[in-house]
Amino acid sequence: MRTLTIKGIRIDDTFAEAFGMRATALTITADSARWARQAAVTMTGFATSVIGCGLEAGIDRALPARETPDGRPGVRVLLFGMSTTELQKQLAARVGQCVLTCPGTACYAALEGEEKLRLGNALRYFADGWQISKRFGGKHYWRLPVMDGEFVCEATTGLTKKAVGGGNLLIMGASATTTLAATEAAVKAIDAVADAIMPFPGGIVRSGSKVGSKYKGVIASTNDAYCPTLKGAVKTALDDDTASVLEIVIDGLTPEAVANAMRAGLRAIVKLGPKRGAVRVGAGNYGGKLGPHHFHLKDLVP
Amino acid sequence: MTLFLTLRERPAQRLDLSPLVPHLLAGKTAAEIEGIALQTTRVRVTVGDAFRLRMGDAQHIRIENACDRLDQIGAGQNGGDIEVIGDTGVQTGRLMTGGRLTIRGNAGHWTASGMRNGVIEITGSAGDRLGGPLAGEVSGMRGGVLIIRGNAGARAGDKLRRGTIIIEGRAGDHAGSRMIAGTLIVRGAAGALPGTLMNRGTIVLGETTSLAPTFADCGVHNLVAMRLMASFLKPFSKGAAALLGRPLRRFAGDMAVSGHGEIFMGNSNP
Repeated sequence: MRTLTIKGIRIDDTFAEAFGMRATALTITADSARWARQAAVTMTGFATSVIGCGLEAGIDRALPARETPDGRPGVRVLLFGMSTTELQKQLAARVGQCVLTCPGTACYAALEGEEKLRLGNALRYFADGWQISKRFGGKHYWRLPVMDGEFVCEATTGLTKKAVGGGNLLIMGASATTTLAATEAAVKAIDAVADAIMPFPGGIVRSGSKVGSKYKGVIASTNDAYCPTLKGAVKTALDDDTASVLEIVIDGLTPEAVANAMRAGLRAIVKLGPKRGAVRVGAGNYGGKLGPHHFHLKDLVP
Repeated sequence: MTLFLTLRERPAQRLDLSPLVPHLLAGKTAAEIEGIALQTTRVRVTVGDAFRLRMGDAQHIRIENACDRLDQIGAGQNGGDIEVIGDTGVQTGRLMTGGRLTIRGNAGHWTASGMRNGVIEITGSAGDRLGGPLAGEVSGMRGGVLIIRGNAGARAGDKLRRGTIIIEGRAGDHAGSRMIAGTLIVRGAAGALPGTLMNRGTIVLGETTSLAPTFADCGVHNLVAMRLMASFLKPFSKGAAALLGRPLRRFAGDMAVSGHGEIFMGNSNP
């Protein structure tokens, strides 16, 4: 399977298999960048995987004051769901519990879309009749009186049905330390890519899974082929020089965003080299029959 | 190229200029346009009688030498732009749904009455019941942006339902009376009893004005919503944008009705 070696790092001739998702984006602003980020971090918490959390979410990038609707520092957040219904439910719950509650924040649509999700329209009833609707410049806002003043929230946000979830890189190294170093370098590079997020903690997942289990009713279980401690016990996918594997999962608003993110990650891993970083990079797939999007590593290497 | 209509002389009767909007003139020849009747009495007056016409693209109309006997200029306009040099009569821009209407002079009563969308700018002053409904109508202006560089008469923004009115000078008595929603900004002072019986909506007054006791003081605030609105208003009126950027004292009212409306006052001493 292995065909490529770049600067001493083996790149598997394989592909990441990704799925179509529904997505939306928000701009959260506050009086300071610290509180805008706090609201964003809180609302994108426990949003690592659609299976357990209902949606996948993360911070796309920090926005300087001049780029936000109200001229305050902000953060752009992306949210991905498997269905419009679930995404709508999660959006209202998370903005209601995590942004509405956070001091000084306001919340705006950050994605144009033919179809809309309810944002302020779903939250306005919190104001118990004191909500104020304002329309100007082609936008519709709700003002909700809260204890520190007002929470301003755009009525709706755009929905895209062309988002992609499940782009990934499997980063294999000679030790836990070097593997983490390579993965961290890739996360940092992917952070700079627009329209893509890494929903797992700090962008990294260490417990990759396979479909199915020996136990009835368990739909996913540990990816034993990539567990270094089982190297001798199972049909392993690992080499003798691999002692640790970490994965980066990527969701993007478009297939191009996911490809750009994987490309940026690969470049950073190759740049770090095999001594301080990874010895091999792979990608996860299900044989290519389940997901419509295939991101081949050989097309993305620097 | 702009289509020019120059008024020959002050007409002997009031004229109804509502047929002279871009979408109604589109595709018409000069002769057809000159044959359009404008009279409001039994004495027939056509465009050709009252105006000198210089043909051009009907999307851009310029009416020159206008006077206060020209009623309903830009009424029902749904696109293009109309520029008027001189004063206008009543119901300028009434029920407008799009485009831009500029009056380089003063406008009469019921300017922008029932306006739905688009932009109207009056460089001079406007008469009474700015944006307001005619007798029997349920609501006044319900969309768009209306800018008065001078002063406005009584009951500016009467029954305003949606949209934004900016008065850069002063407003007369009962500004924002019976407002349903929408925004009325007065950079100067307003006359007696602004916001009378307003249900919802926002009035911003640049100068201290005495209010009815049915408006309750809610303290001085610097709200995000005002910053948003200021950035929207900046291209239309720098002065109005600057006013909204300052801390403003909020009064809730009119408590004689629902009390869900608000008046913001620029000078924080009521």
